[in-house]
Amino acid sequence: MCLAVPVKITKIAGKEADVEVGGISQHISLWLTPEARVGDYVLLHTGYAISVLDQTEAAETLKLFEDIARADK
Amino acid sequence: MKYITEFRNSELAQGLISDIRGKSKHKVRLMEFCGGHTVAIFKYGIRQALPANIELVSGPGCPVCVTATSDIDKAIALAMVPGVIIASFGDMLRVPGSRASLQQARAAGADVRIVYSALDALKIAQENPSKTVVFIGVGFETTAPTIAASVLQAQEQGIKNYRVLSLHKLCPPVIKTILDAGEVKLNGLICPGHVSAVTGSNAWEFVARDYGIPCVVAGFEPTDILQCVDMLVTQVENHASKVEIAYKRGVTPDGNLQAQKIMAQVFEPCPANWRGMGLVPDSGLKLRQKFADFDASVAFDIKPEPAIEPKGCICGEILRGVKTPADCRLFRKVCSPENPVGPCMVSSEGSCSAYYLYGED
Repeated sequence: MCLAVPVKITKIAGKEADVEVGGISQHISLWLTPEARVGDYVLLHTGYAISVLDQTEAAETLKLFEDIARADK
Repeated sequence: MKYITEFRNSELAQGLISDIRGKSKHKVRLMEFCGGHTVAIFKYGIRQALPANIELVSGPGCPVCVTATSDIDKAIALAMVPGVIIASFGDMLRVPGSRASLQQARAAGADVRIVYSALDALKIAQENPSKTVVFIGVGFETTAPTIAASVLQAQEQGIKNYRVLSLHKLCPPVIKTILDAGEVKLNGLICPGHVSAVTGSNAWEFVARDYGIPCVVAGFEPTDILQCVDMLVTQVENHASKVEIAYKRGVTPDGNLQAQKIMAQVFEPCPANWRGMGLVPDSGLKLRQKFADFDASVAFDIKPEPAIEPKGCICGEILRGVKTPADCRLFRKVCSPENPVGPCMVSSEGSCSAYYLYGED
């Protein structure tokens, strides 16, 4: 039940959005994430976006992993 | 940035594994609360990658698994009411109740439909105005806001034949129950990533503060889980106990305030019956009085006969982290995904199902 998938918002109409992941389009609800914008990635859970993903944080996390991998060589 | 493959990079994972091995000196037991983490840990071979001094135990974070037999019986009783269409997430269908499962009720003529989303259940209600659609609401704080939103949407759109049987549960109270029971000594908590996306990492402050146990919120890709273990081990080695977020791209300390607002608007806490743990105060959600029109427990007076627990099934002890599926006499011999005795074998996030599919013989 915890499963949520990162998907990209391609279109917004009111409280609903079209999203895309892996070449597949879906229609979802933005009732829980009214701040989401076209181009954002959101966590999709049972038809609803539950969180807008933070691209800056994602990039920083990956950089942290790269630093750790380099330090351990 | 697509947020998936980047976090499955094996070189980055190797770096994290080396880092953990380098700094982890003490024996530690970490609990992953969430069923999604249990499966990911198996799928990505996390246990094999970690040094032997780090033990991972599973907790009661599978909402289907912790649904009490008596509540399954209620859902089945509702399925047998003429004019009712049951809408449910797929996992619930094969969970055995006292006498049958929802799937068996369907085979016996009940109208039971699998849905991916509460929105699908709303659609079924709109398409079947002469019937009553009862959505079996199972899930923690990740899912409960979506069901709350569906109730508000039903209200907004004037859909009058939609009801929810709320079996929703909250995570922090059950974690408190497990810690208070003291059956399992924990050195760290791998906090559920998507529950925390809604609740915020602040929901776990009481664990660090009152029990001195380090908490780190983890995502679900292999590097996410390894990063979480790395951060927990660092805390343990430094004698720290605080709440940290590893899953920073999806989780903040405050969480999703809109989702929390909608959840609080529609639901209020109530006592809930957890498989293996009995009644836990303020750990369930029921619809508020003003949404009584959408409450299946108000619309239908269902009193099923006393529940019969499956004989020999130790799902309850597995959910509390005191036993593993390997300890169960029925595991693999009688109980399998094709012939499940208890919910932990049915659910895609259940410990027994994960051990069966991914564990070594």
